[in-house]
Amino acid sequence: MLTSNSAIAPARTHRAGAALKARMRLLDIENLTVSFTQHEGLVQAVRGVSLSLEAGESLGIVGESGSGKSVTCMAALRLLREPPARITADKLDLCGTDMTRASRKDLSAIRGSAAAMVFQDPMSAFDPVFSIGHQITETIRTHRAVSAAAARAEAEALLTRVEIRNPASVLASYPHQLSGGMLQRSMIAMALSCRPRLLFADEPTTALDVTVQAQILQLIKDLQAEIGMGLIMVTHDLGVVAETVDRVVVMYGGRVMEQAPVQALFDTPAHPYTKALLHSIPGQHPGKRRLSEIAGASPDPAQMPGGCPFHPRCPRAIARCSTDTPPLILTDTSALACWNPA
Amino acid sequence: MIPALELRALTKTYQLKTGQGLFAGMRDHTVVQDVNLSLMPNEIMGLVGESGSGKTTTGMMALRLTEPSSGQILVGGTDITTLAPTALKPYRRRMQVVFQDSYSALDPMMTLEQIIAEPLHIHGIGTQATRRTQALDWLVRAGLHRSQSGRYPHELSGGQRQRVAIARALILEPSVLVADEPTSALDVSIKAQIINLLMDLQRDMGLSILFISHDLSVVRALTDRVAVMQQGRIVELAPTESLFAGALHPYSRALLDAIPVLNPSQRRRRIFPDPAALIRDIPRLAAASSGATPGPTPQLVTASPGHLVEAVVT
Repeated sequence: MLTSNSAIAPARTHRAGAALKARMRLLDIENLTVSFTQHEGLVQAVRGVSLSLEAGESLGIVGESGSGKSVTCMAALRLLREPPARITADKLDLCGTDMTRASRKDLSAIRGSAAAMVFQDPMSAFDPVFSIGHQITETIRTHRAVSAAAARAEAEALLTRVEIRNPASVLASYPHQLSGGMLQRSMIAMALSCRPRLLFADEPTTALDVTVQAQILQLIKDLQAEIGMGLIMVTHDLGVVAETVDRVVVMYGGRVMEQAPVQALFDTPAHPYTKALLHSIPGQHPGKRRLSEIAGASPDPAQMPGGCPFHPRCPRAIARCSTDTPPLILTDTSALACWNPA
Repeated sequence: MIPALELRALTKTYQLKTGQGLFAGMRDHTVVQDVNLSLMPNEIMGLVGESGSGKTTTGMMALRLTEPSSGQILVGGTDITTLAPTALKPYRRRMQVVFQDSYSALDPMMTLEQIIAEPLHIHGIGTQATRRTQALDWLVRAGLHRSQSGRYPHELSGGQRQRVAIARALILEPSVLVADEPTSALDVSIKAQIINLLMDLQRDMGLSILFISHDLSVVRALTDRVAVMQQGRIVELAPTESLFAGALHPYSRALLDAIPVLNPSQRRRRIFPDPAALIRDIPRLAAASSGATPGPTPQLVTASPGHLVEAVVT
């Protein structure tokens, strides 16, 4: 009896752990495709992407323009206009809700409160004709039943939290009166106003100066640790990824090429694309020098090459790469889609 | 050696309106103040700083695309500061420019061949046939294909458009190229291609480049010397590696410290100096070591051979 019990116990714990984990999963995407109907025909921006995020975890999605990184996030929040966009997925769960079936009402409840997004260009993300205070309090009152005064007090506290020194005057300001860094801080405050469990940050620092970028990244990291929210950092900049996230997904041509814990990705990149990308970053070594470049250009989403999308530019391409699409093979902590890794 | 481009005490002041309506006053706003730079033949100099530091205004004044309020611009030893448009034209041929946004820099109604040949046309060089041949040569030299000569800018990617802009700038074989953030809008893998192209062409043509950028990583890979601008003034000027190895001005250090580190194991909490601290920490140099006259206001002094820093001389 005792022996059988002890044999069952760990299995039970394991199953309970798995169930708990499944409940805690903030984002679970399996085989997501996003296509757009355009006059040139059907453009496939995302082609079979799978990724997931546990509570409190941070994930970087790295890719160049046209890799599908932003579209993946927009699709997860169902922010794309459908049509022209068409989304299919075996699974598209955001904070426990099946986003493929979510009604308009469900969607507006989830966006902002369960998951929020910070965009690259805060100037166009804010409405120019309303004050910052108006826009933040509006967000708070849309999602929660609080008085105008309470919402305003909370907005002020949020601005203080994103290290704005004069919150009252920023609340009274209009977007054009603030610098890019201040606007991005305000945007982060607005995103945090409904205490989201998951924050999408799409190139949040690309439009900012280097010193401001460093400050905003530090702020996002601090807030993530403090609140314990999940973070998805979408960026083209491997430096940003190296500074901020636990795990990285590398995208190219609408597909996931590689996924790995951040340290492993920088120490032992497995995909030829990841390697080439890391080598092409300027300024890693002292002295004026030619850079190692990736020949050619990113594929046109309207005319994707067959097989692996990177094969026309890949130094390790073999015959199979142009005909068969390599599947994403999962190992312990990583995943790789390549027929001929180094 | 005569510098390819020399800026002497270059200053730009704009008049800003204070208050509103009929009784608004005016006040001076200096965006570039007393900038001295010598770009030597065959040299690539980086001009770095944050937005609003005056780096682009300095570049545009060097080309006389923006008129300076005071100071002088010398091209190959000749003062061009006050030359009238006709007298200036031969010097324009010797100074060309590449901008950040290649899309708005290229005429959408012209083919690539027409775009690249246009400077020859403007300066009345060659015949239609020779201009065409030269334009096609430059198209190839900039890394594009001859067959693309009839294309229009919108048919190209950002990197390809920047190649066209570079070909158009260099077809006149200028001695000076001002490149204003030419790689900032490009993807990582394309950025490296354009930097390499600039580096190769610079070496082949013996060109001098004033490379304006906020991206210190690119500046490190490409330039021989760097000038750091803060609020319209040059606060440090040094050989590139000497700046990266030992920046002396607190503002330069703040810029270098903000560069993301490409190694997750070296993550650290950064401490951001407040602007007041940057002013408080201005280096102090003894008059004896720098050879400058002591005074309470910061001045650009030589800290070590070739390495200038704004400091208070005591």
